[in-house]
Amino acid sequence: MNIQEIADKLKARFGESVNFQDNPLAPFVRVKVDTIVQVAQFLKETPDLYFDSLMSLTCVDYPANFTIVYHLFSMRHLYKVILKVEVPKDNAMVSTVENIWRAANWFEREIYDLFGVKFEGHPNLIRILLPDDWEGHPLRKDYQYPATYHGVPL
Amino acid sequence: MNQNQDYTTIVKKASSRIEEIIIGEEMLINMGPQHPSTHGVLNKVLKTDGEIVDEVFPQIGYLHRGLEKIAEKLNYHQFMPYTDRIDYLGAMNCNLAYAMTVEKLANIEVPKRAEYIRVLMAELNRIASHLLFFGTMGMETGAFTPLLYGFREREQILDLFEMTCGQRLTYNYIRIGGCSDDLPNGFIEKAREFCNVMEKKIKEYHQLLSYNQIFINRMAKIGVLPPDLAIAFGVTGPNLRASGVNWDLRKNEPYSVYPEMDFAIPVGTGKVGTIGDSWDRYFVRMQEIEQSVRIIRQVLDKIPAGEIRAKVGRVFKPPAGEVYVRAENPRGELGFYIVSDGSQNPYRLKIRAPSFSNLSVVPEISRGTMIADFVILLGSFDIVLPEIDR
Repeated sequence: MNIQEIADKLKARFGESVNFQDNPLAPFVRVKVDTIVQVAQFLKETPDLYFDSLMSLTCVDYPANFTIVYHLFSMRHLYKVILKVEVPKDNAMVSTVENIWRAANWFEREIYDLFGVKFEGHPNLIRILLPDDWEGHPLRKDYQYPATYHGVPL
Repeated sequence: MNQNQDYTTIVKKASSRIEEIIIGEEMLINMGPQHPSTHGVLNKVLKTDGEIVDEVFPQIGYLHRGLEKIAEKLNYHQFMPYTDRIDYLGAMNCNLAYAMTVEKLANIEVPKRAEYIRVLMAELNRIASHLLFFGTMGMETGAFTPLLYGFREREQILDLFEMTCGQRLTYNYIRIGGCSDDLPNGFIEKAREFCNVMEKKIKEYHQLLSYNQIFINRMAKIGVLPPDLAIAFGVTGPNLRASGVNWDLRKNEPYSVYPEMDFAIPVGTGKVGTIGDSWDRYFVRMQEIEQSVRIIRQVLDKIPAGEIRAKVGRVFKPPAGEVYVRAENPRGELGFYIVSDGSQNPYRLKIRAPSFSNLSVVPEISRGTMIADFVILLGSFDIVLPEIDR
């Protein structure tokens, strides 16, 4: 099954909440922010899809929004699918998929740490790479580099 | 009879009293940032009940350099040396994964000879990495000799790399579109010699360590990782294969010239304990060394003449788009996700490091182990910290 057929299945189930984008290098499925958990659950639990592996979960800071990118893979059927969720900048919040793919736990913490996107329902949403008292989220495009850290010039 | 009963009640009473006394409060222990079982800087906070580990909280980030942010400020060629520093024990493999990602993004055809050289280097580096693991795993179980043995053979590989690119740790050898230099004179002979030595030595390793009863007693049935848990946590590479999952990107999602090579994928069988225990993770890596030697021999026989680098301009602007490519590294799947906006610099570059996910499963499976066994368990995952922290 290619991504087009997977997208058709999602379309039949979720209607307007999903939207297939056929870009040549990396076709992806755009999912509305409020349905991501249901879509994820559907992809994981439908036996003939069975996306059991979350290859990568990351975020891109576009001028208009934060885009969370899910690279999913089915080890049983060897299918791949890319999901994208657009999160508004003023309210950067998306539901966690930690209970669907355990790997998401640390990935989401990393995104929270470096982008400041919050994951609703995450059991332990704290910084992972940076110190707890770090200010700001460095991978944002508008990040201001600090001049000092605890009084030490950088 | 009566006397016996009395005796049992006395013992029962005494043991309940002992339990009252012994069960105290749990204790938090800081293991690391510097500790022999960490190949880098990692702090683990252990919640312990006596000798038993109740909970582990890995504190990572000590080596965070912001590679992903740095990448946004550099052009595509300039980022290559930084990939050496993702997994410094598998620098060639990291170079290769990054080069493959950019090549896919810009649709660059790599010359055949360059592909062979890349696979050759990647496999040599895989062996070097596993040899270091062999040494450190020995150290963690209390044996010092394996480290010396492992380094002795690793030295030969580093000599080969030094011949080729002048570096012994961070190679910066593979380039977008090929390699920086051709193989030097005498390389093929020296590499063949190394294969002969390695095949002999691996038998010695098995005698010295793999089937050593003391080593088996320390390793078997420790830190059993079930396959479904491994997949759920995104564990990849030898750690996943040790759990009995036959999954290797070189076979299952072939890239470069791996489809032309004949090699097997070793998986864990639970030979001396349970499938997915620390010994399996160790033994899969030892078997992978043998398979990598096989691949190297085939490459050396088949390597064609020709160009070693496709023409890629210094001012290099891949078309706008995005791509995710993953490759099989010594530690698992290294993935690069690059978003290009058509300029000289990547708009976003995400490194999906295998050790990051491999470490995330450790707290899950280390509940209830002894502290001494936890060291073994963590060591058997062969994590590399610069890769986790990036």
